[in-house]
Amino acid sequence: MSPVLQAEGLSKRYGRRLALSDCTLAIPPGRVVGLVGPNGAGKTTLLHIAVGLLRPTAGRIEVLGGQPASGAAQLAKVGFVAQDTPTYAGLSIADHLRFGAHTNPGWDQQVADDRITTLGLDPSQKAGKLSGGQRAQLALTLAIAKRPDLLILDEPVARLDPLARREFLQGLMAYIADHGAGVILSSHLVSDLERVCDYLIVLVASRVRVAGEVDDLLAGHCRLTGARRDPADLPKGVEVIEGSHTDRQSTLIVRSTTPIDDPSFTVEQITLEDLVLAYMAQAATGAVRTAALETQR
Amino acid sequence: MIEFHLDGRSGVAPYMQLIQQVRQAMRLGLLTEGDQLPTVKDVVAKVAINPNTVLKAYRELEYAGLVAARPGVGTFVIRTLTDESLAAHGPLREELRGWLARARAAGLDSESIEALFVTTFRTPIEETA
Repeated sequence: MSPVLQAEGLSKRYGRRLALSDCTLAIPPGRVVGLVGPNGAGKTTLLHIAVGLLRPTAGRIEVLGGQPASGAAQLAKVGFVAQDTPTYAGLSIADHLRFGAHTNPGWDQQVADDRITTLGLDPSQKAGKLSGGQRAQLALTLAIAKRPDLLILDEPVARLDPLARREFLQGLMAYIADHGAGVILSSHLVSDLERVCDYLIVLVASRVRVAGEVDDLLAGHCRLTGARRDPADLPKGVEVIEGSHTDRQSTLIVRSTTPIDDPSFTVEQITLEDLVLAYMAQAATGAVRTAALETQR
Repeated sequence: MIEFHLDGRSGVAPYMQLIQQVRQAMRLGLLTEGDQLPTVKDVVAKVAINPNTVLKAYRELEYAGLVAARPGVGTFVIRTLTDESLAAHGPLREELRGWLARARAAGLDSESIEALFVTTFRTPIEETA
């Protein structure tokens, strides 16, 4: 099956600042993809390019085999929930659904009505009067009632309380269990995504640091602890992502293509959060060093 | 019907946690032949996990011959893990209670009892492996 999103050398420049640089991805179909990275890493830029709100400065991208926003058919295939799940404050829930029905050829009123009922929302309520969690659920309802093949969600749970977060993800997972759509959702918190994602992209400082199936990523990384040593004399195929050293001990998070059977190291599994933090730290090390030098001057 | 939960801190893969919970329920007699497992949609709507995780767990249980999927209906338990051994639980628990009382009388605290049990439990397994 062809990838749901394929990008090659994708870049976006704002004046002198690179918001996205040389992004190359091939996301397989049917995945729930977590796009993780600190604020300002370029997550929103990448998602906006994928839905056609932004044009890349360089490189190419295909979403579900077509150019983003290249026509009505392409627009119908992709559902998008923008950051902070915007809705029209002055319009009621029923108005929102009517609006959705008018503007989307594949609109599924049954899916929309069922969700509003399940959520216990009153259709006559103005969106401006809803809680943050309810507003997010309404925005998700609009995106899924158009029955897209791919749902793109930008930080959908960032501003929700833990219960609303859980309820949002429950609704999202229930939908894809029924309809099998692909999902790409961004977050700066990996804990939001750990339960739901089976594919992960770590984006830091405009670059994709690592991308792949969660199971493969977890199997391919580990933590090594042992007596202090130079990371340079690790065997071939072992790449140090993050290392810290005391005068006696070295702790390394490594990516390895082969199992590590060096008896001088204790080898431990890492969690997805450890992995993301290691890649973020790796990307930040250069920047931190420069900053430290600057303050010394 | 049983309900799943997920321990985010356990370090055990989510699909494995689901498998363990089914096996545990079978062992305790909470799930027996003919019982239905929750549908994939019910599980993800409750636990907020990826449907593929549930499918993977159910597939593994199917390979293990414990459950069978009836297309369009659901996934059903076709075997039990209790057998006649469930009947032995009562007497064994009584003996264990007696043993625990003796351990306490000998001055072992909970931590020591657990350590002794775990090391003893592991030893023969390692020898036969």
